[in-house]
Formats: sequence, structure tokens, C-alpha cells
Amino acid sequence: MNTETTEQAIRKQIADNPVLIYMKGSPERPQCGFSAQSTQILMACGERFSYIDILTNPDIRATLPEISEWPTFPQLFVAGELVGGCDIITEMYESGELQPMIKQASASHAD
Amino acid sequence: MIVQERIERKLTDAMSLLHLEVINESHNHNVPPGAESHFKVVLVSEEFEDLRLVARHKQVNRILKDELATDIHALAIHTSTPSEWRARHGTTPLSPPCHGGSKSPQS
Repeated sequence: MNTETTEQAIRKQIADNPVLIYMKGSPERPQCGFSAQSTQILMACGERFSYIDILTNPDIRATLPEISEWPTFPQLFVAGELVGGCDIITEMYESGELQPMIKQASASHAD
Repeated sequence: MIVQERIERKLTDAMSLLHLEVINESHNHNVPPGAESHFKVVLVSEEFEDLRLVARHKQVNRILKDELATDIHALAIHTSTPSEWRARHGTTPLSPPCHGGSKSPQS
């Protein structure tokens, strides 16, 4: 897969999935503490979300940081926008901002 | 301490900070003793006023771009304005525990 098609694939993933996390491992078997904590919070929000394991997708792992201007993983996208990594997910969950944002994105995608 | 000092210097040079902590959390992870791979930075600055969290973190990531590309495997970032810092009584959340993935290639 060349860089252009990887970038196109990523942009389509972000556009098609209202709540999408790029992570290390899977929600059932996270391979990093930051990815584990992030998916636990997403599960606590109670909406369906999509995930992509960047450990098994090296092209995405190499290309996404350039597109998102974000160097580390996990990366959470809601309604096509980068929300941030584990620290931001945690902070927004604790302040009560994350759950309504995710619920709204899921609801408008279902329309 | 070399990477830690470089992180401190770059952040101090690039920003006007009221408070800065650079904590080496590598010992919590699956790395050799003395490693400098996992860090937490705590920054308090008036420059964060009116900036969303994602914009604040991008600013920090930009300042530490070279270190993130080489030395740093994981970077926890906690940013506050002075009033936010007072509201949370100067405390930051704990970083999550290791899941053993540090032997995989760099992020």
C-alpha cells in the first residue's frame, strides 16, 4: 500500500466512523496502558465505537501522525475531529464533556 | 537525566510557564533501569487561556517534536491555566499502569 492510498483510507475511516480510536491492541486486549485506559472510558460512555489496532497496521501507524499532527497513540476522533490522546480523554470524561460529545456524534451519525 | 533536562529546557525556553514538572515515569514500565522513555509533563501557563486541550497538547508536542521522534516512547501531558490549576488544587491524574508493550517498536 503506498502512502497516498493509506492516507485516503485513514480519511475515509475518520469520516465514516463517528467515534473512532486508533490504539495499540484491541479493547479486549490493549497492549499499552494509555490505550487500555482510553477504551475503558469509551466503554463507560455507553455508545458503540470503532477501533483500529495500529500494531497490526504499520502503514496507518506511520501515516496517521502526519495527517493528525499528533505524534503518539491512542488517538480519538469524534465526528471527524481529533479529540486527543489518553490524557485529554480522561480529563474530558472527568469534567463531564466527553460523554455528551460522543452521544451527540453517535446520534447524528445514525440519522 | 539527559533527556529529562532537555525536555525541561525546551519547554522553559519556548513558553512562559508559572509551573513546570517533568517526571520520569520510565521505572513503571518494561524498560531497563535508568531508562528515559516514559515521561509526564505538568505545565501551568497563561498561554493556555482560550485554547482547547487538543491545541494545548499540539503546542507541547511541537516543542518536543525531536524528542518524541527519538527518545520519548510515551508522554503524558497535563496543561492548566493558572485558574484551572488553582481549581484542581495543584494535582494531576496518575498515568495508567504499563501493559508490557514497551518492547514493541517505538510509537
